[in-house]
Amino acid sequence: MIPFTLQKVSTQSAALQAAASGGRYIAGGTTLIDLMREEVEQPQKLVDINALPLGHIRIEGEELVIGALARMSEVAAHAQVRALQPLIAESLVEGASPQLRNMASVGGNLLQRVRCPYFRMLDAACNKRTPNSGCAALGGLNAGHAIFGTSSHCIATHPSDLAVALVALDATLRVQGPAGLRALPVEALYRLPGRTPHLEHSLAPGELIVEVRVPNAAHARAARYLKVRDRSSYEFAVVSAAAALQVEGGVIRAARVACGGVGTIPWRLRAVENQLVGKPFARASFEQAANIAATGASPSAHNGYKVELLGRTVVRALEMAGERT
Amino acid sequence: MSTAFDRYEEPSPWSTASDAFGPGDPELTRRQLLLASSGVLAAAGLSPVPAAAAAGSGRAEPTAAVRLRVNGRPVELEVDLRQSLLDVLREKLALTGTKKGCNQGACGACTVLLDGRRINACLTLAAMHDGAEITTVEGLAQGEQLHPLQAAFIEHEGFQCGYCTAGQLMSGVACIREGHAGSADEVRAWMSGNICRCGAYPGIVEAIVEVGKERSS
Ligand SMILES: Cc1cc2nc3c(=O)[nH]c(=O)nc-3n(C[C@H](O)[C@H](O)[C@H](O)COP(=O)(O)OP(=O)(O)OC[C@H]3O[C@@H](n4cnc5c(N)ncnc54)[C@H](O)[C@@H]3O)c2cc1C
Ligand code: SF4
Ligand code: FES
Ligand code: FES
Repeated sequence: MIPFTLQKVSTQSAALQAAASGGRYIAGGTTLIDLMREEVEQPQKLVDINALPLGHIRIEGEELVIGALARMSEVAAHAQVRALQPLIAESLVEGASPQLRNMASVGGNLLQRVRCPYFRMLDAACNKRTPNSGCAALGGLNAGHAIFGTSSHCIATHPSDLAVALVALDATLRVQGPAGLRALPVEALYRLPGRTPHLEHSLAPGELIVEVRVPNAAHARAARYLKVRDRSSYEFAVVSAAAALQVEGGVIRAARVACGGVGTIPWRLRAVENQLVGKPFARASFEQAANIAATGASPSAHNGYKVELLGRTVVRALEMAGERT
Repeated sequence: MSTAFDRYEEPSPWSTASDAFGPGDPELTRRQLLLASSGVLAAAGLSPVPAAAAAGSGRAEPTAAVRLRVNGRPVELEVDLRQSLLDVLREKLALTGTKKGCNQGACGACTVLLDGRRINACLTLAAMHDGAEITTVEGLAQGEQLHPLQAAFIEHEGFQCGYCTAGQLMSGVACIREGHAGSADEVRAWMSGNICRCGAYPGIVEAIVEVGKERSS
């Protein structure tokens, strides 16, 4: 690890100031310290934001509000989250391990970096780590890589499970910057790799995620997160699907579907959602909609199996969500 | 590139059992003697180590003064900012019961309780925990009296290589406290952050389920 300095801050303005002078926020540290030890990340100044009063989890009006420093374990265990937003609780419990969830924050989770193995190998080409150095995954081992949103510069999947749930649920971030507070849909937080895969999100330098706001919609209560992976726990998704349904009189009135493990950003399947609305609440409807889930996919040499797996994962996730309606 | 803090000798796995129940042991282990003679144990004592990094000085220092309560004992020490909590426990406090496996959050060998909650000590900076309460495997036994889960591990033969044991015990204690030890399946899911790759695993799960039942009844 290269040497760095550490500044502890207890107010948002002190945090923003420290970041403006080149500081990098650290919350749980479970992504950042790991990458610093590998020297993939080399910040010279860390700004410890853990003393900021951003650990809240509460209902405000029609929204669930989660502070950026709420820990994954706390959010997952919270009674109101489990009742009103079971998808969020499930996506969190399916991620990492109990020990990591006790440290890892919601804000840090959304900004965790990719798990592409080449990203961590300092001697491999990687445009995300070193712009314009090439991409070792393109011609390398890419069974775990993305089939959506890829470019000839990067094909790494976005790793956060929570982000998939939040994209499905139309969640919005509150972000604090030097110019004040702004709202940012979670979906707009992430950038496609294009020619600039090293730019992963749309936060301005030094902007601080303050909280996440999620509408407590009817469909959010009948929702499930299904994560398919190489072992049954403590592993990133091969393919995952977040599905939410609102059913009235045997007819699907609202549907939300997003998936993980397949996109370079959390991937919302709007065409599948549109296909579901107005259809009878039945497996046949799910299968028909899932048929178009992989439209536009561009698999690489070793991850073509994700095309088939995606459709099946979506069908099963919809069925599981349906059990809650 | 590794730093001075990554480079140190891993203990031999055969010393693990005595490490895991350290303070209860009447005799110092060979390694404790080695550490003592190299001056490392001095930092583990109750005497405060002078802190060079004056808080609030304009220029940031590469070290920080940290006060912890470790297994109930107050400790004051100065740490390199790069040192993980795991490295501080092992190298500065000579509490080598906590193991370093992957050093990446992936194996659970370094599990300790931080303010009562289980965490991976390898993925957190010691300098970020001024004022924290830490419990390591050395703090589980009450003198000669083993923690019920330690006793259950022995009874169910939950050791084999023993390397992962300290982390399994700490995580198991937390798993029971959290109320996630209702069945073998539940234990496996909530102990997934602790990797045991040998024949001891069924014994580990049985021990946690058994103690979990006693606690909830
Ligand atoms: C072994 C292992 C397995 C894992 N498995 C999974 C999994 O299955 N699913 C999953 O989703 N995740 C998984 N994770 C990732 C884990 O969830 C993340 O490391 C964690 O959520 C990051 O949170 P943190 O608070 O520790 O972030 P940090 O490491 O502190 O920060 C991460 C990044 O976010 C920035 N940041 C943090 N907070 C803010 C803020 N409020 N505003 C602006 N920037 C901020 C930091 O500057 C840094 O760039 C795994 C991690 C490990 C080590
Ligand atoms: S896929 Fe992306 S992260 Fe992986 S090597 Fe290529 S550029 Fe780097
Ligand atoms: S050493 Fe910390 S999890 Fe492996
Ligand atoms: S006891 Fe360590 S791997 Fe099983």
